[in-house]
This record gives sequence, structure tokens and C-alpha cells, in this order.
Amino acid sequence: MAIVMSFMTNKDILTGSMPSTFTLDNYVRAFERFPLFQYLFNSLVVSIVIMIGQLVLSSLAAYAFVFLEFKGRDLLFYLFIATMMVPFEASIIPNFQIIRDLGWIDTYSGLAVPFFATAFGTFLLRQNFKQIPKELREASQIAGMGDFKYYLTVVLPVSRASLVTLGIYGFLSSWNMYLWPLLSTTNDKVRTVQIGLKQLQTQEQLNEWGVIMAGAVIVIIPTLILLFFGQKKLQKGLTEGALK
Amino acid sequence: MSMTNAAQINETTVFDMEPVKKKQRIKSFMKGMAFLLPSIILFSVFLFYPMFRTIYLSFFLTKANGDPTVFVGLENYINMFSSPIFLKSMKSTFLFVLYTVPASVIISLFLSIIANEKLKGIGFFRTMYSSTMGVSVAAASVFWLYLFNPSMGLLNQVLGSFGIEAIGWLTDPKWALLSVSITTIWMNIGFTFLILLGGLQSIDSSLYESADIEGAGYLYKLRRVTIPMLSPTMFFVITVTIINAFQSFGQIDILTQGGPINETNLIVYSIYREAFVNYKFGSASAQAIVLFILILLMTALQFKLGERKVHYQ
Repeated sequence: MAIVMSFMTNKDILTGSMPSTFTLDNYVRAFERFPLFQYLFNSLVVSIVIMIGQLVLSSLAAYAFVFLEFKGRDLLFYLFIATMMVPFEASIIPNFQIIRDLGWIDTYSGLAVPFFATAFGTFLLRQNFKQIPKELREASQIAGMGDFKYYLTVVLPVSRASLVTLGIYGFLSSWNMYLWPLLSTTNDKVRTVQIGLKQLQTQEQLNEWGVIMAGAVIVIIPTLILLFFGQKKLQKGLTEGALK
Repeated sequence: MSMTNAAQINETTVFDMEPVKKKQRIKSFMKGMAFLLPSIILFSVFLFYPMFRTIYLSFFLTKANGDPTVFVGLENYINMFSSPIFLKSMKSTFLFVLYTVPASVIISLFLSIIANEKLKGIGFFRTMYSSTMGVSVAAASVFWLYLFNPSMGLLNQVLGSFGIEAIGWLTDPKWALLSVSITTIWMNIGFTFLILLGGLQSIDSSLYESADIEGAGYLYKLRRVTIPMLSPTMFFVITVTIINAFQSFGQIDILTQGGPINETNLIVYSIYREAFVNYKFGSASAQAIVLFILILLMTALQFKLGERKVHYQ
């Protein structure tokens, strides 16, 4: 109920604070005063790039853990588990220095590349790949199909559903990222919409809550839409990836 | 003669097989690595190396650009644990965990049990309850910043209409941490609700049916079927919420900037301030190590207990 209420009040603020002019005015002004389109575009690019990067890297890694047998595989698997114990926040200082030394401050690469590799994504897909019958691989081997071709033409299409789940999750969490974009961007050209919202909030005068709220609503609309469509998938994927 | 011949043949075949096998092993190893290399490289550059670098930096004083200058051994750690500001930060962090985790989990559990009933239009409530998962830290904090606003905010206006004196939600040291916690609980609910609902839905319905046959009441079923069957999911949700609480940053940055009088200076915010405002990367790294150890303990606990103890009774 608290959630319902707070959603109601958000809308009330938008209409309530400027009753003479109608709501859209706040939006227009938010867009006029801040490069919101640029922020939204930046967020979109960064989130999509991270999403694709995660999908490619985790599906490759998951394939190796499920279908390939080689020495050191188990060791590497433990290495992946170990990555889950290192919070990004705890290693943020050297990460910042690395990005700075690479000249990646204020670039899309600096915002996106550090998040490509994910143990969670790998485990989620590994869980799914394991359900593909082994006979399928044997048959393809007899037909002389190589691993990469099998990965590309059989495994990925069969696992579409969990790839979508991971994609949604990756997009959601990238779009909502806060600390890293705050550190690794210094100008409006690459700044993401979350940091843009902070700018909006700190620079606006106190009595212009309507404009600030308009900004906040713009920020959450894409993720809310995505969540409404992907809710069932996410719920299933997250529980499976987490518990098995 | 024939015996030695046979042995010889045997030997040569073994000899011939060995390099082939070795070749194959190397080949399959290379193939495995080819699939894993992208992840391994990125993990090394952006995770393992930074982790060791953080440990290294924590033993040094640094220049403003972060390069280490003087080796000081454990001094950063000693200073840290005798610094009242850091000790306060630790206290606030643990209080914050205590305020947010049980409340988030209990509220979500309650909501998910209601939302699991098969009623008409329940889908609407499910979507509503899980929606805060799609709301970013920045957006949520800005909403709550308005609600907490001392004069215009909704909370004080409601209090005012009851004739209660206005509360300085974010400026009063007594209230600030609690206010930040309320915001965080609100943000947590979406995720914890979604996971718990998933856990409830995966409980085998035949368990409820057999309880029904035995004439068990609603509360009995809740206590004897739902809660035990849900325990692995609960455990997962609790540890994840604790880990998230330790990593909270955005809501602090927008709502309070760590104030008033460092009351809401949670550990990640404290690291951020030490490193990127005060440019003391050495002592900031020492704090990061503390955060690392805290999360390490939680994750280890999750792996260890999650597998065994908390399972179907």
C-alpha cells in the first residue's frame, strides 16, 4: 500500500504544484533547462552495450562450463564463484584509476566495459544450458559440427528465454547504476540520466519540485515499462539463478 | 619371441597414444580458454587486480592522484579504528542493516503471501508491489526527498494536519538514519517481494492439498508448510538484502550527504568521501578492505548455509 500511495503522490505533485498550468509544462521545462535527451541517450547506449556485453560473455563462459571438458575447468569455476565475493564498491578506487589511466573518463567504454563479465549471468545461463539434452551435442558432433557453430546455432536459440531474462536484468541494473557513473563522468556529453537527475535536483530552486519530479518520472518510465513486461521472466530467472 | 613382440607392440601403442592424448588435452584446454578468456580478462582487470591493488594501497600514504608515496604498514588501519568518525560510520552501517533488513523482509513476506492468493485482479497488485525494483536509487531518493521536505513535504503536512509538530526528517540527527532506512526499505520491497513470490509459487501444491485433507487451518498451513518450504528463498533474500544494505550509496548521496553530524555516513559513502573528496586513497582503501571482509563473510555464510542447513525440514 505504501507503494501505491507513493505513486499516487508523485502524480499529485506533478499536477498539484502547478495547478494553473497543466502538468506537461514541468516536462517541457525539465527538457529545456537540462540536456535530458542527451542524458537519456547516454543511458540507453551504456545500458544496451552492457546488456549485450553481458549476454555474449556469460553465454560463452556458461557454454565452456557445461559443454567443454578440460583441465582446470573446476578451478576456473571456483574463480567465478570467488568474483561474487568482491563487491564493486570495495575495489572502486583502483578501478577509477584504471579507467583514468586508460583515458576512459567521460567515455562510453569507461562506463560500460567494467561490467561486461558477470558471474551471476554465467550461473543463470549455465543452469539453463544444463537442461539441453547431451544427445543433441553428440548428434551434432557426429555431423561434424564444431563447438562455436553449435553454440551459435543450437545453444543460443534454444535458450532464448533465459537470454531475455538476463538481458532485462542487465539493462535494468545498468540503467539504474549510480556510483560508477558519478565517478567516471564529468560532463553532460556522457553523463547518464541518473546523474542528470542529481544535477537537476541540486541545481533547481527549492520551489520547483514539479520540474524535478518530471525529471524523476522520465528516468523511471523506461525501466518500469521493461519491468511490467518482464516481471514473470525476471521472477523465475532470478529465483532459479540464485537458488540452484 | 612372440611374447616380447607383443609387449613391444603394446609399448609402442602406449607411446604413440600419449602425445595424441596430450595434444587433445591441450586442444580442449585451449578451446575452453577461448570461450572463457573474455570473462577472465575482464574479471582480472576490473576485479581481481583492483582488489589486490586496494590491499596494497591500504598500507600506503598516497598523493592526490592516488599514487602511493610512503609505506606506513598498518598505520591506516590503526588510525581508522581509532577514528571516531569511522567508528561512527561502522555503527551507523550496522544500525542501518538492522533497521532495513528485517523490515524489508517481513513487509515483503506479508505482501507476497497476500499476493499469492488466487484472487481476481491480483496481477495488478503483484505489478504494483514489485514496481520499486524498476525505480532507480536516484529517482527513489528524489521522491523521498520531497516527502521528507521540512515545510512542503507530504509527511510533515500530514503531521501538521493532525496538529503534530514538524519533524526534521533529514536534518535531525535522531531521525536522519531512520529516514534513510525508510527510503531503503521502500526500494528493497520490489526485489524481495518478487523473489519471495517466486518462492511461494514454486511450493508444490500437493502439500497444501494433503494438509487440506487433514483439515488443517490457514495458520497451521502457513506455519507448517509455507514457512518451512520457503526457508531457502528466505535465507537467500536475507543475505542479499544485508549485502545490499552494506553497499548503499545513492540514497545517502542525494538525501543527506552523510549528515547530519555524520549520522548517515554509511561505509560506502565514507569510502567515497575519503577517496574522492579528501583524496586520502590509502585510508579509503583500508576502509574498502573492511567492506570487503564484511561482504565476504556474508557471501561465505550464504554459500555454506544456503546449500545445507536451511532446507526442507
